[in-house]
Parts: sequence; structure tokens; C-alpha cells
Amino acid sequence: MENVIPYRLQIIAIATALAFMFFIFRLIAKGKLREEYSFIWIICTALLLLFSIWRNGLDVIAKLLGIFYAPSLIFLAAIFAIVIFLVHLSVVNSKQHKQIKELTQEMALLKEKLEKEENKN
Amino acid sequence: MNNKLNIAIIIPCYNEEQNVVALYQEIKDLQASELYNLYPLFINDCSTDRTKEILEENQTPHLNLSVNLGIGGAVQTGFKYAFSHHYDIAIQMDGDGQHPPVELNKIIQAIIHEKCDVVIGSRYLTKEGFQSTRLRRAGISYFTWLNKKLCGLTIFDSTSGYRAYNKKALEIVCHYYPDEYPEPEAIILFALNNLSVKEVPVNMRERQGGESSIKTYKTIYYMFKVTLGIIFLYIRLKFNGKRHTI
Repeated sequence: MENVIPYRLQIIAIATALAFMFFIFRLIAKGKLREEYSFIWIICTALLLLFSIWRNGLDVIAKLLGIFYAPSLIFLAAIFAIVIFLVHLSVVNSKQHKQIKELTQEMALLKEKLEKEENKN
Repeated sequence: MNNKLNIAIIIPCYNEEQNVVALYQEIKDLQASELYNLYPLFINDCSTDRTKEILEENQTPHLNLSVNLGIGGAVQTGFKYAFSHHYDIAIQMDGDGQHPPVELNKIIQAIIHEKCDVVIGSRYLTKEGFQSTRLRRAGISYFTWLNKKLCGLTIFDSTSGYRAYNKKALEIVCHYYPDEYPEPEAIILFALNNLSVKEVPVNMRERQGGESSIKTYKTIYYMFKVTLGIIFLYIRLKFNGKRHTI
């Protein structure tokens, strides 16, 4: 197969992937993104970079899987990844919900205890 | 040595500035019993009105939650308080004046003498007092049916929040209690933890002031959420080796 992507576009794609990777690393280094949530983003950027460099990769994999129209593989993979990640976020959210509830209850009980002690003295 | 039973009355309130003082006074005015002492405890669920100030001015025993947890989280705070302070019995009642304190004695007598773990005050056993709208009654009998199908326990007033717990039941609800609209879901929790539950007839009033927590447009969400909650709690308790720690 001939080159699917023109060189100019390839350079832009590689640059974007690298910029995105840099952005993620900076967030981790600054402590704004916890490592456990950064895995998926590092994998995403790695894939992005891989397919920017390996120009025919998409076609090869699409052919292997028997997909007639190669770009639909991108959508399939991307939507699948997004759904998985959203479920993951909902799980994290539910866990935090529970933790906040327990913290709030504990705090209310401790406040009452503290007030009682203060009134005693 | 004092042999009277200590009973905590847990009253969750969210924006109930019009009701709390009257309710506290009503509980205080109840005739003293030789059997038990009553200790009311209001749980202010991060109200946005003057509930907190009013509770403080009137020196009403209360806990303040820093974050709004919803009725389930608020009531559970009270359960944890009652359990850690070794109360013999904890009673949960609504802060909006729907549950008249004069009915407390019926519930307390039932839990003391009938040897059951949970007592639920029901307005549908004798059909006296405030009965709520037809639509709500239909919803309530749907939950009654669902609970009966799943765990064989028939509780007619499945949404009643006028309940008493002994120590055994208290330990279980301290571990896990549903957050939002917890009442019908909690019945499954009782049944699958092998608690004995009894319903006693009480009169209820229409709420005295303020707004109900369940507005009409939320009804569909309510039905859906509680149905899901009941079914998943059932699955969780049934297939996780009956652990109540979730």
C-alpha cells in the first residue's frame, strides 16, 4: 500500500503526541495527577506516538482483524477506551463518595466530643 | 445503680428551623417512664437555614455534619453515636414533625416486650391518622411487594422512617446503611441479616412546616433508585456470604 498519511501530517502527529506526553509528565511531576490515573494516559500517548511513526501500522492491523475500512478501527478502539475509562472514573467517584461520608460522620462525632470536653473545663 | 434503659432518639434534620424546637419540647414534655430514659439527638445535615443556630440557642443536643450527606448518612451518624455510647435502644424519627413523639411509647413497648430487633412504626396497620396521597400509597405498596418477593418479609409501611433498633440491629446499620431514600432498602438489610422485624400501628401527622425531601418530579428517580438499591443490596448480601460489611 502507498503512504496513507503525507509526511507533513506525520510530523504534526508526532509533535502533538510528544507535546501531549510532555503535558502528562508535567502534571505528574507537579503532583496534580496521581500516578495510578496516569497509566492510561501514558499508554494512550505511547500508542499515538507509535502510529504516528509506524505509518502503515493502522492498515496492517486493520487487515489482520479483517476490517475493511481502516479508520473505523480508530473509532472502535477510541470509543472502547473512553467507555472503560469512564467506568473507572465512576468507580473512583463512588469510592470517594463513601470516604467523604465516613469522614463527615467521624468529624461530627469528634466535634461533639470536643465540645463536651471544653464545656467540662 | 440505674436500671433504666437508655434510649437515643435520632432526629435527622435538613432545613427544619420551624420544627426542631417544637419537636424537642414535645419529647421533653413526655411523661417520664420507669422503664427508660429518652435522650433526643438532632443531626443537622448541613442545613442552609438557621437550624444550626436554633439548635445551639436552645441548647438542644445535636451533631453538625459539615457536608450534606442526605438522610441515610445523617441517620447513620446517629446510629454510630448511639452504638459507641452504648445506648440500649436507638429510635429514628423524622425532623419535620410527621412522627408524633406521643407515639414513641408504643414503639418502645414493642421493642422491649416483643423481643424483636427492629420495630417499624406503621400508619397502614390501623389506617388512622395521616395516610398520604394515593400515588404515594401505590409506590409504598410496590416496595412492600418487592421486599416480600425477595426476602419474604411483609412490611406495609415500607417507607416509614419511624423505627427502633436494639443493640444487635444497631451494630448492623452502623456498618452499612443506604445513603439516599434508605427506608425500603434497609428492610432487605434487616431480613438478610436475620433480624426480627415487627410493625406496630402509629398515627402520623402531615408535615408541620418546611418542604418534603421527595418532590413530585423526583418520584420517578426515587422509584428507580430504590428498586435498583433493593435488588443490588439483595444480590450483594445473598451472594457475598452474608457479610454486612460492604
